[in-house]
Amino acid sequence: MTAPDRQQGLLAAEAAFARGSSLTVRQIFLRRFVRHRLAVGSLAFLVLLALASAAAPLVEMLLGVDGNLVDLFAAKQPPSPAHPLGTDELGRDQLVRLLYGGQVSLLVGLAAALCAAVIGTLLGLAAGYYGGRLDALVMRFTDGVIALPILPLLIILAALDLNKLGLPQAVVTSESVSLYRIVFLIALVGWTTVARLVRGATLSMKTREFVRAAQALGASAPRIMLVHILPNVVSPIIVATTLSIGGIILLESVLSYLGLGIQPPLPSWGNMLTSAQELIWDSPALAIYPGLLIFATVIAFNFLGDGLQDALDPRALQGED
Amino acid sequence: MLSYLVRRLLESLFVLAVMSLVIFSLIGLMPGDPIDIMIFSNPEMTTADADRLRALYGLDRPIFERYLAWLGNTLSGDFGYSRLYNQPTLDILLPRLGNTVLLMGLSFLLALAIALPAGIYAATRPQSPIDHAINLLAFAGISVPPFWLGILLIILFAVTLGWLPAGGMGDGRDFWGDLRYLVLPVLALTIATVGGIIRFVRAAAIETLRQDYVRTALAKGLTGREVVLGHVLRNAMIPVVTILALQMGNLFSGALITEQVFAYLGMGKTIYDAVTGNDYNVALIGLLLATLTTLLANLLADLAYSWLDPRISYQ
Repeated sequence: MTAPDRQQGLLAAEAAFARGSSLTVRQIFLRRFVRHRLAVGSLAFLVLLALASAAAPLVEMLLGVDGNLVDLFAAKQPPSPAHPLGTDELGRDQLVRLLYGGQVSLLVGLAAALCAAVIGTLLGLAAGYYGGRLDALVMRFTDGVIALPILPLLIILAALDLNKLGLPQAVVTSESVSLYRIVFLIALVGWTTVARLVRGATLSMKTREFVRAAQALGASAPRIMLVHILPNVVSPIIVATTLSIGGIILLESVLSYLGLGIQPPLPSWGNMLTSAQELIWDSPALAIYPGLLIFATVIAFNFLGDGLQDALDPRALQGED
Repeated sequence: MLSYLVRRLLESLFVLAVMSLVIFSLIGLMPGDPIDIMIFSNPEMTTADADRLRALYGLDRPIFERYLAWLGNTLSGDFGYSRLYNQPTLDILLPRLGNTVLLMGLSFLLALAIALPAGIYAATRPQSPIDHAINLLAFAGISVPPFWLGILLIILFAVTLGWLPAGGMGDGRDFWGDLRYLVLPVLALTIATVGGIIRFVRAAAIETLRQDYVRTALAKGLTGREVVLGHVLRNAMIPVVTILALQMGNLFSGALITEQVFAYLGMGKTIYDAVTGNDYNVALIGLLLATLTTLLANLLADLAYSWLDPRISYQ
């Protein structure tokens, strides 16, 4: 977002005000967002999915099944009242595992996106505000991370021996270590888009009068960045972060599918597909649902991000009443 | 121009050197070392033997010293042996690099052949039903998990219809027979890449169509087709080429997944197998080759950029 853009946005809001229309900028945003049917539908879908995943233990209780119980006599059953989506190759209820997998995917997606957004915002603010050598260094580094083949590097990072890194034994042997590890890895490579956006916005913000005024009053650089500049670059950060969640869920599923992400028996949509691929000749249905859920979730986050982008774009505010 | 080329090549070499140091150190942090593997395969070995072997191979020295030794060997043309295949590293990697370049190249060309007309067509009719449909398909392409797409293609074309092999490679004797192994991987990688490219092309073309020279061209009586082909296409390609160059790393990641799903013997699968199988030499050289390929693709895109936009000269 550049300076003229924001001015146009303000002008549009002023024009709306002058016409006697009582809509605030927030109301304009809501109106524009609601008009974006795909985005609203996606939001509804994601909320439902989150609720359903959170209710996984409840579903488990209602069905009277145990999502982790291996029962080879009940393996690969077709859908039945006891198992609405059938059972997998180890006789575990497919629906319950999908819901638990949803918890993992959504959690990893949100957590990694937030971490990446924080890293990207701090780097972007510093690069844009200080400029010079630091800016050049950060931006070259960003270009490198974007351009290099990241997946093979992530594979090496995911295969590292945590004992050799000197982490405490309690962390290395804990059951959810694969969860922390994948959030960390994805945040490590996912910050680039936000960093570029924030840097660009900061470059244009730091020449504005209110920043100059803060400088003249003797505010420290961190204070100017966090109190004066950050609130003005929030909307591109929100859009970029929302759009990144989809990609992150994809990356998590890819790593888990390759056996390097979430480790079984903890279910994730990605690692459910690993075992399903070996069985496509006799039970192809097992490969359908996890992939379909990844697909639907990722596309929903992408539509949501797209809708937010349209609704938050000040250029598009013109001509609204 | 020449000095620019030299500078870019030197920069690429620098990136490559940094990458090699990073990857070398990371591999040192992976579980097990070559001696552990020897102990597993030979239960008679004593701790003293293991220590002697560690000293013999220099594994007891600090990592930076080992890196320098490795660098010296590599620069003198000794890339080491593959543990999994018992062959010189390059004998394993080079044919597979060829396979990956074939897979990536075909998918990339196919994706461009679809994305350019689709993106520009959508841009000339913004908000029309066709634009919405193309946009929807592009979103679907970006959002579909590439490995699941591969599995679906296998279920449809190999399991249900039985038209194409589910994976693997040809044996090199029958050209047309071997080609059948390429169809599904190329299709999967194309679908996974085309969505993003369509969106770039559409955005760039819409931006270009707003320019004054387009209005001038229309005003002087050119038809819409002439304007699009003569004025819009080339100018819209400028931002697209930059973004495509940055996508090369992504495309390689996509190729890795595709190769893994279809058991296609390319670089990505080889690197994956090497990392998970403790084949350090292959993993290291393979990743560096992949990085080098990406850097060269970036450089090529920069040159294409100056060819598309003569205003930009590299001095």
